[in-house]
Formats: sequence, C-alpha cells, structure tokens
Amino acid sequence: MPWRLLKHGFKSSHDEPRFFPETKPLKNHYDVVIIGGGGHGMACAYYLAKEHGITNVAVLEQGYIGGGNTGRNTTIVRSNYLTPEGVKFYDTSVKLFEDLADDFDLNIFYSTRGHFTLAHTDSALRTMRWRAEVNKQLGVASEVVDRQQIASEVPYMDLECGGQSPVMGALYHAPGAVARHDAVAWGYARGAYNRGVEIHQKTRVTAIRTQSGRVCGVDTNRGSISCHQVVSMVAGSTPRITEMVGIRTPIEIFPLQACVTEPVKPFMDTIVVSGSLHVYVSQSSRGELVMGASVDPAVLHSTRSSFDFTEGLADKMLDLFPFVSRLKVMRQWAGMSDITPDFAPIMGKTPLQGFYLDAGWGTWGFKATPVSGKTLAWTLANDRNHELIEPFRLSRFADFDLVGEKGAASVGH
Amino acid sequence: MKLLDCPVIGARPISEFDYMGEVRVPPFEADEAAWSDYVFNRNGAPGVLREWWYHRPSGRWYVLMRDTLTDRVVGHVDLAEVRYELPS
Repeated sequence: MPWRLLKHGFKSSHDEPRFFPETKPLKNHYDVVIIGGGGHGMACAYYLAKEHGITNVAVLEQGYIGGGNTGRNTTIVRSNYLTPEGVKFYDTSVKLFEDLADDFDLNIFYSTRGHFTLAHTDSALRTMRWRAEVNKQLGVASEVVDRQQIASEVPYMDLECGGQSPVMGALYHAPGAVARHDAVAWGYARGAYNRGVEIHQKTRVTAIRTQSGRVCGVDTNRGSISCHQVVSMVAGSTPRITEMVGIRTPIEIFPLQACVTEPVKPFMDTIVVSGSLHVYVSQSSRGELVMGASVDPAVLHSTRSSFDFTEGLADKMLDLFPFVSRLKVMRQWAGMSDITPDFAPIMGKTPLQGFYLDAGWGTWGFKATPVSGKTLAWTLANDRNHELIEPFRLSRFADFDLVGEKGAASVGH
Repeated sequence: MKLLDCPVIGARPISEFDYMGEVRVPPFEADEAAWSDYVFNRNGAPGVLREWWYHRPSGRWYVLMRDTLTDRVVGHVDLAEVRYELPS
C-alpha cells in the first residue's frame, strides 16, 4: 500500500477506476424507470439486467446512492418473522445475502452473529414460542432459549435488568447477521451499471405522466423521460410519489432514530433485541455499538434526530448493559420509516397500469434488499406479482386480507 | 428536550402528550371499499394536518394544526368544529 501511494504521489492524476460513472445526460426513453437509488432500487436494476436481460433502465435518485434509509438502518438481517408469508420472504433474502459478496466480488462485511430477542413478560414469551414454531415449520433455525442459555451466550448482560423487568427467556435465531449497508447498495449499483443500467444521482422526479390509464413517462428536474414502467422504491418518500399518481395507501411516515458509540474492543458477538425495552444493539466490525429504538411518537417527514431519543435509549441500555455507562455516543441520526398498519411491506402492481410499488418498509427494509430487488425485477419483467410478494399486494387492504407482522417486525410498535 | 408548542397551554415537553393521529370522520353508511379506505388509508404526504393530541397531565384533548414537514404547530382547532353527530 505505501508503494502504491508513493507511485500515485508522483503522478498528476491517478488511475483508480471510478466505482460509479460520471453523470450522463438523460436519454429520451427508457423501458423501465426506477425511482430511488437505495439498496432496493439498485438491487431491482441489478436483477432486471442480470436475470431478465432488461438493461434500458434508469435509476433516478434525488440525493446520492444509498443516502436514504439504506445508509441509516442498523444493518440487521434475519428471517424469524411471525407469518408464514413473511418468513418465506425474508428467508429467501437471508440466503441471497449469504452469497452477495461472491456475486459482487466486494466485501459486504456479512457477519452471522446469532440474534437474541429477549422476552421480559409471559405474553412476549408466548409470541416467541409462536414465532419459533412457524419458523421451524418453514425450515428457519429459530428456538426459544432459557435464562441459563442466554447467560452463557451473552454473559455481559444483566438478566435482571436492574431489577426492573427481568429477562424470562429469548427467541434465538442463529442465522441473524449484520452487513455493511453502503457496500450492499454499491455492489448492486456497480453490478447494474456494468450491465448497462444508467444511474442518475441528484435527479428528482417531479411528476409521473399517464395516458389512458397507464404510465407513459416521468418529469424530473433534469428533463422529461418517456417509459413504459415506473417502480417507486423510495421508502420514506413514498407518499409524495403516490400522491403524484393519485393512489391512496395506508402508509404514514414516522422518523426512526439510531446512534453509535465510540469504538471499543470487540466484546459483543451477538445481536440483542428487546421489544419491551425498545432497544436493539450489535457491535460493528469497527467496534462501535450500533443502537436503535422504536419510531418517534408522531408523523413527521424529517431526518432530524432528537436528544429525547438518546436519553430514552441510554436509560434502557443501562438496564441491560450497565458497564456501557462509560461509553460516549459518537453520532446519531434519523431516517423516515414508511409504516403500514400490519407491519408488512406493500409490493407489486397497483391500479395504475405500469406503475409498481416497493414501499411500506418501515423498520424492516434493509434485510429485504436482495429479495425485494429480485422479486420486483421478476414482477416488472412478467407484469404480474411474483408469488413471494403476492401476499404483500396493495389491494390486500381493500380485501381485508392483511399480513399481521406486528409481533415480529421490530420493537415496541 | 423536544417541546410541543401548544397554542392553548404553551410549550410543553412532547413526552407529556399522546399522539392520536389525524382527525377523521367515519363514514356511517359505507360499502366495503369506502369502509376499508377509511379504516386503512391515510393522508401520508407532507402538509398541514389536523391532529388529535392528548395532554396527560391535564387530561385534555386538543386538535392542533401541524405542518408534518417542518414539525411546527400552525394553529389550533376548536373542538366544536370537529364534532359530529352519531346517527340515531
């Protein structure tokens, strides 16, 4: 490395290949326009090009690649959900994640840690038994463990929680993992770009044009494009897009906050989640504790973070891990979560021909990055919903056919 | 500490309030489509919403107009205005 650095020092410009291309002018027409250049949008573009040979695709991103919720989540990947529909879907995602680094030839720091969801009450333990049974039925490693087993796997945790709400047991999910979120988005983006997809950053969609009941193009701050298919993969900005085409959805936006501490020596090799205490924590490969809580109390379209959040989170963290009182919080941030009433996503076809949704990702979007890209690409190529996402269709609300995932989606909702 | 600037009782810690969502009127006679629209769908785009806030220490309900993009309270709605009669 020093030699390489020295060599570059003597040259006026260095020849490190750009990860992403310079911005080109927009073309007049694309077959598919993907709104949103986060993990989901890039994954969709990647699978469209790789598996369906559809390469006349533009990904339009109002900010920069992976700068939205892709770069703001706490990177947990797991599949121990509550409904069979959810478990099948997220398990496909976990399996795709495990091979991503090879597919991309890029280190995504995928690290299988094991995932403990703590139960502090009888009712929480009951939900966990339910989840474990559903999971096992579908071949997902998931079991309820007792206090002794938790104590031996997570010895640095105070199982009494300072006497407030003792841990009674936990749902243990061995495949639970963390990954480097930016690298996932970049890997998909590079793979898509190398196969001919155009990526346009700082390009904001201002309107979606329709003609006789189907999509015919989009207007952006850089000009207009004609296209046959538009897919909205914008998470927290979904209501702004659906408002353009007059589609009503149950999505409401709540800020979700997270923070990291200063880096310390590795001591935590598992992911610990407590629904009752509204906290989830893992240690990153750099040594920082990555922590998150439940969403903010009221609807808000903003990514400002608040002191209330760190104060509340620290209070709960100290119940579980008293020794972290000496750690300083380094950074905190917020993302806009698009929450649905049943805590499952909204995916696939909509009443408007040629307009597709990948939304309702609330607090569970990162772990679904590969599978949502893959299934939406299939849906676009075949113009019908992939069987894995059929339960998550928008029309499930009108049909009163919800996918109740509240017991497993995240914490404290 | 985050404050909610209530036009009636002044700025109070937001932790004193329960947020109860947008003010809505149920359709008393509705087919399934209209009923599911009322039950599930929401006005999710940013803008000024009329929302229910319950102040726990005083046990009072307020309807505040809040801009969901800037988080500013821009007005207060008299409860008589959001009142509706139940069908007999």
